[in-house]
Amino acid sequence: MAEMKGSMTSTEVLNNYTIEEISTDVLIVGGGMVGCGAAFEIKKWAPKDMKITLIEKAAIERSGAVAMGLSAINTYLGDNTPEDYVKHVANDLMGIVREDLIYDTGRHVDSTVRLFEKFGLPIFKEDEDDTRTIEEGAKPLRAGRWQIMIHGESYKVLVAEAARKALGEENIKERVFITELLMDEKHENRVAGAIGFSLREAKIYIIKAKAVIMACGGTVNVFRPRSQAEGMGRTWYAIWNAGSTYAMGYQAGAEMTTMENRFVPNRFKDGYGPVGAWFTLFKSRVINAKGEDYMQKWGHMLQDYAPYGLAKVPATCLWNHVMLKDWMEGNGPFYMNTSGAMKTLFETLPEKRKKSLEADAWEDFLDMTVAQAGLWASMDIDPGETNSEVMPTEPYFLGSHSGACGMWVSGPEDLAPKEYQWGYNRMTTVNGLFTGGDGVGASGHKFSSGSYVEGRIAAKSAVRFVLDDPGFTPTVHTDNKVLAEKVYGPMITFEKFKDYSTESNVNPNYIKPRLYLFRLNKLMDEYVAGTSTFYRTSEASLLRGLDLLNRLKDDASKLAAANLHELMRAWENYHRSIVGELHLRHVLFREETRYPGFYYRTDHPKLDEQNWKVFVNSKLNKTTGQPDLFKKPYIEIVPKN
Amino acid sequence: MPSFVITEKCDGCKGRDKTACQYICPNDLMVLNKDIMKAYNQEPDQCWECYSCVKICPQSAIEVRAYQDFAPLGASVIPMRGSDSIMWTVKFRNGKIKRFKFPIRTTPEGGIDPYQGIAEINQGSLKDERLFDELGVELTAPKK
Ligand SMILES: Cc1cc2nc3c(=O)[nH]c(=O)nc-3n(C[C@H](O)[C@H](O)[C@H](O)COP(=O)(O)OP(=O)(O)OC[C@H]3O[C@@H](n4cnc5c(N)ncnc54)[C@H](O)[C@@H]3O)c2cc1C
Ligand code: SF4
Ligand code: SF4
Repeated sequence: MAEMKGSMTSTEVLNNYTIEEISTDVLIVGGGMVGCGAAFEIKKWAPKDMKITLIEKAAIERSGAVAMGLSAINTYLGDNTPEDYVKHVANDLMGIVREDLIYDTGRHVDSTVRLFEKFGLPIFKEDEDDTRTIEEGAKPLRAGRWQIMIHGESYKVLVAEAARKALGEENIKERVFITELLMDEKHENRVAGAIGFSLREAKIYIIKAKAVIMACGGTVNVFRPRSQAEGMGRTWYAIWNAGSTYAMGYQAGAEMTTMENRFVPNRFKDGYGPVGAWFTLFKSRVINAKGEDYMQKWGHMLQDYAPYGLAKVPATCLWNHVMLKDWMEGNGPFYMNTSGAMKTLFETLPEKRKKSLEADAWEDFLDMTVAQAGLWASMDIDPGETNSEVMPTEPYFLGSHSGACGMWVSGPEDLAPKEYQWGYNRMTTVNGLFTGGDGVGASGHKFSSGSYVEGRIAAKSAVRFVLDDPGFTPTVHTDNKVLAEKVYGPMITFEKFKDYSTESNVNPNYIKPRLYLFRLNKLMDEYVAGTSTFYRTSEASLLRGLDLLNRLKDDASKLAAANLHELMRAWENYHRSIVGELHLRHVLFREETRYPGFYYRTDHPKLDEQNWKVFVNSKLNKTTGQPDLFKKPYIEIVPKN
Repeated sequence: MPSFVITEKCDGCKGRDKTACQYICPNDLMVLNKDIMKAYNQEPDQCWECYSCVKICPQSAIEVRAYQDFAPLGASVIPMRGSDSIMWTVKFRNGKIKRFKFPIRTTPEGGIDPYQGIAEINQGSLKDERLFDELGVELTAPKK
């Protein structure tokens, strides 16, 4: 890879940088769905003189997982009750979830969806000619029991516009990458702000805050992606979310939960286009190379995973589990039977819906995975004629989609049991540190709408937290220059050694972020149940992986960056390696196979409800620098049948 | 599919204080080569093909070419994003063309009034679990 032009070089930065200190009351890190929801809610609770600051590494119009747009809002309750929602999520995540948090999201989510419609989000209606809003009584068009269809190309543009107006331009800093949280010197276990650097100027930001809402999304590229050349960019999960939420939270001392959980979506192969609408709206099935329905063929395997396998809709990981079995039997590749589904729909649908059917199918891609439309065009695919291949992807980490890793947070006062409650809804175990969406663990299936809700909840709590302790001023003892030199560390390393060799990318004194990433990807893939082992691992493999990972993390101090863009990559990939470590340690600790199809412990192949229907949590041990792992009880709040 | 910039069309966003593509890319990929005042994608294999740069370029100078490690050559997907709708032209490898038009927003650009219809002074209590637009709403709790 050639030296990058354009971005400020390490020489320019190190010779000219300045440090800007910002004092604020509430700091929002990340302007995704959570950050924008927080920005919107917070202004209505904060007294006029309370200062709110939002920091984002990109531009909020197009940042985070919703940057490209979405074609559905996946959480809208409508006629379902919050109890139904809890049952659905609990089953999908194999029983171990925080039901208080899920219930809480469920009871707020519909009003948030109505808000999006007010912002200007076009929502499909059951009756195409109904021009009313949902608030005025129109019924949204369901794509499934929980999903509604939207024309969502500008979904993020809309929520960003509302956030900008609510907060005021002067309180939003974009193109600033946050590297670490800062802890208070005088109060133990209390957050005092964060530190980061500008991607456009030679400038360090030290932000002192009384409360922080950490909302940097989930993690992609801890594992080796299936495509290894240009197509590496086409991961299913948004390639720019690098696990900053989990890494920074964990390093600040926040208790983490369910980090063993991962999401391995079954998607259209290579383009990673969405399949959800094909299943629920177009009623399609996936068939193997022989044309057989693998679910019918191996359905009996689901009995091993009762009760989660026996539900009307079995847990997502179990669909993968059965498909992988059929694959091992030699019956792959697998195809979405789009042609069969289209034919049936044409026979049954009213004339009016038929016309829009083709456009709906393409819009599903064009609104949120344009690459898949491009791949269909490149392959001359007409879904009515030709079926398309599907395949499980590489693993990802997220807490708001069909995954459950994240931080352990306090539940709502009015319904969380006391074990799950310490005063401020969505506050982590670090005082003053809040999160939402992908940051909240053990409560998946919030999606875009539920994440926005959690941002709103966290914002209200953060205001209350700050007002409850009026005497507090954050103190960060460490010298500003020391802090800055840590942030710019990879540039200092680069400057020191760059002339030693004639090709600056190959130098024995340092490691470039790209190679650090590849090394992480390789070991995670081979030892921690990536695609190359068909998601299988064991204690021996994990221990070997841990040894390699510890050596990699030792080399993190030798990361080198030639310019600001590469400096961001250095920090992102470092964050990824911390997420990798947490995942590995959690998988090692949980001695059972809780999520078959997502990963297997071949030495503990069975589900063990008796010993392991508990949360696995972890926390940084500041003496050893390693996580301590422990169990936390699961408490049922909504009785299951 | 990495984005690429058509040399002839890019004018480096002349006259603006920053280039549109560099401003918008969620992954910080687009940069301006100041020697020739043209933009380029500095890390094509980190491009998600989100089309944010394609949609925003005032010169329509950015397109996307399918990732060559799995897609055959010859197709293209090109958007034209207006203020209330987007038009897509999908050209297949075999030359067939499909066009789609979808609405993108029902409010004018910049026209959102976030707190429209919500009382200026918030009457809610910080101590309960209601969000500010849920004043008077009875929040449910799980049935035991
Ligand atoms: C491919 C895909 C498809 C999806 N489809 C749907 C769907 O159809 N329907 C639906 O309802 N939901 C869908 N979702 C889920 C939805 O997008 C997420 O639930 C939601 O975006 C989570 O919100 P968040 O704020 O936690 O993260 P994000 O929205 O991803 O926001 C994270 C933000 O943090 C910023 N950031 C990251 N690191 C840093 C740092 N170190 N410093 C500063 N800023 C940083 C990022 O730039 C970003 O703006 C989908 C998600 C994906 C990935
Ligand atoms: S937005 Fe278009 S015209 Fe402007 S610099 Fe980028 S490619 Fe060139
Ligand atoms: S398509 Fe998206 S990720 Fe790729 S360069 Fe353009 S804005 Fe960046």
